[in-house]
Amino acid sequence: MGKKLLLEHVDVPGINTLSVYRQKGGYASVEKALKTMTPEAVVEEVKTSGLRGRGGAGFPTGMKWSFLAKPAGVPRYLVCNADESEPGTFKDRYLMEKIPHLLIEGMITASYALGARTSYIYIRGEYFYVAQILEKAIAEAYEAGLLGKNIFNSGFDHDCYVQVGAGAYICGEETALLESLEGKRGNPRIKPPFPAVAGLYGCPTVVNNVETIAAVVPIVNHGGAAYAAIGVGKSTGTKLISASGHIKKPGVYEIELGVPVEEFIYSDEYCGGIINDRKLKAVVAGGSSVPILPADLILKTAAGEPRLMSYESLADGGFASGTMLGSGGFIVMDETASVVKNLYTFTRFYHHESCGQCSPCREGTGWMEKIMHKILDGDGTMNDIELLWDIQAKIEGKTICPLGDAAAWPVASAIRHFRSEFEEYVRRGHSIKDVKHYYSTKGIPEPAYS
Amino acid sequence: MEIDQKREIRFNEETMATVQKIIKRYPEGREKSALIPILHIAQAEFDGWLSPATMDYVASILNIQPIEVYEVASFYSMFNLNPVGKCLIEVCRTSSCWLMGAEDVVRHIEKKLNIHVGETTADGQFTLKTVECLGSCGTAPMMQVGHEYHENLTLEKVDELLNKWKAEGKRSRYC
Ligand SMILES: Cc1cc2nc3c(=O)[nH]c(=O)nc-3n(C[C@H](O)[C@H](O)[C@H](O)COP(=O)(O)O)c2cc1C
Ligand code: SF4
Ligand code: FES
Repeated sequence: MGKKLLLEHVDVPGINTLSVYRQKGGYASVEKALKTMTPEAVVEEVKTSGLRGRGGAGFPTGMKWSFLAKPAGVPRYLVCNADESEPGTFKDRYLMEKIPHLLIEGMITASYALGARTSYIYIRGEYFYVAQILEKAIAEAYEAGLLGKNIFNSGFDHDCYVQVGAGAYICGEETALLESLEGKRGNPRIKPPFPAVAGLYGCPTVVNNVETIAAVVPIVNHGGAAYAAIGVGKSTGTKLISASGHIKKPGVYEIELGVPVEEFIYSDEYCGGIINDRKLKAVVAGGSSVPILPADLILKTAAGEPRLMSYESLADGGFASGTMLGSGGFIVMDETASVVKNLYTFTRFYHHESCGQCSPCREGTGWMEKIMHKILDGDGTMNDIELLWDIQAKIEGKTICPLGDAAAWPVASAIRHFRSEFEEYVRRGHSIKDVKHYYSTKGIPEPAYS
Repeated sequence: MEIDQKREIRFNEETMATVQKIIKRYPEGREKSALIPILHIAQAEFDGWLSPATMDYVASILNIQPIEVYEVASFYSMFNLNPVGKCLIEVCRTSSCWLMGAEDVVRHIEKKLNIHVGETTADGQFTLKTVECLGSCGTAPMMQVGHEYHENLTLEKVDELLNKWKAEGKRSRYC
């Protein structure tokens, strides 16, 4: 059994209530921080822990916190990113639904460290029932004096609110999220200025993922060094992995960073192997945005080393032969899956979710979706594969926000590692007709149903 | 579908109190932050979609220009700018759900309700839509009906649900 820091008590009956959560030691980090530590000391512990942002980019959290501007008389905000819309990712939902007080506790402790008097949890609108669970937990915390004025007689006041979104992947991008929180369209802002200087309402703001904020709790409880002792190298601590696709036991697993990928896929403690013991074909290891890897490259690096579930090991080999840990959305495909068709769902996704501000992303994602549809419909040409490659290369790095890159990488990696499958589609032409169902909200005509 | 624009667009007292409470979550002068939560409430109250009259009403509550409401309402996929059936069925169509058979679920519902994706049944009971990943990939395929998640779908399970909803005249709602 690996070490569990976040989900240790997840199966305790009633852990979603304040009383059971406190019996299990809940809110100790708030008490410890507010009574015995300065805000700077909390930031130091987080730095020592080596915690890296769990929202996808993996940026060191302590460093992010230390960038927060602190002009006198200007409020600072902590905003929790609970937008969780990256295909393949459902860990934040699980954490908030099962153990909501862990997030609230992290919000209070982190806000103390940052000097934020107010915090917001921005949660995707589709998670409406989860938002209600959080509202209930927050109400319990207010009732118990854990939120509100003068928490633990420390003189620290804090209010925490839940804000729901309304269906837009782009609102997971932190500046789009802030726009949305201000009641606007979710168009990402041009950076700089970064949120640490001018974020919510133009005030210094830290945006962190749900899991990142929850991890602050064990870090404060046990100390940053104890957290850093878990994991491997610069991938410290534990990570929640959302496992889905053709595996026997889909679900959310808390792993110690550094578990071998092979063990994660095949051991009974985690995914339990492939459905019907079929052969593994490919894995999207970190949510839809990261490069897809074929079985041999996900289990072993190009140099033949076992691939580990860590930031560094998954990225080993760069994009030529590696991928990224990303948000931890681990999608497994067996030998019956079509990588081409899976890619089609991704290109459709990014086209649907592009906010439309930058032309390479707005136009490029649409073209890629159309070409993918054409190939699946049996009308593709070899030239279309080159065209796809060309388009993705012209999006990457040329847009306001990283959604453009996120749309480009899956296309590039699928062609890089599975070109022959694309060619097969082109060769077989109309004998394929692999689009059983097709619908686009952006005005691409629906093909006739067969 | 008939569009009934004659009804009065106005929150009752209780809803208005909720709305005022939400507005207070934001600093003075930043009341516009409450726009999305209020649009959700308005959509739930006024037949599951946002008519121009509904949006104008929300603008008047927040003291902002109607265009500021239109531009937001048109950006987010959960806001319906056209009437929908009483029960809105949204099937996830992204990667993990597709791998686990989402296409078959969509086709099955289309046949059963005799509509295509994006359409509403003649009796105004059901609207079918496809949506992008809803964070249920581990329990795929899935569909959402209001704030209910229906996961690990099989065609039998879908039949059962549709029959039940048909019989009870189900209404889907988020708020
Ligand atoms: C298109 C796009 C979507 C994103 N979606 C999410 C998301 O759903 N949840 C999340 O925590 N971060 C998401 N991010 C990353 C955020 O911009 C940001 O880096 C993160 O919230 C920072 O928190 P962390 O440092 O704790 O990871 C997304 C980024 C992009 C470009
Ligand atoms: S890259 Fe795409 S999603 Fe990001 S700002 Fe540009 S158009 Fe919008
Ligand atoms: S892919 Fe359908 S819920 Fe994630």
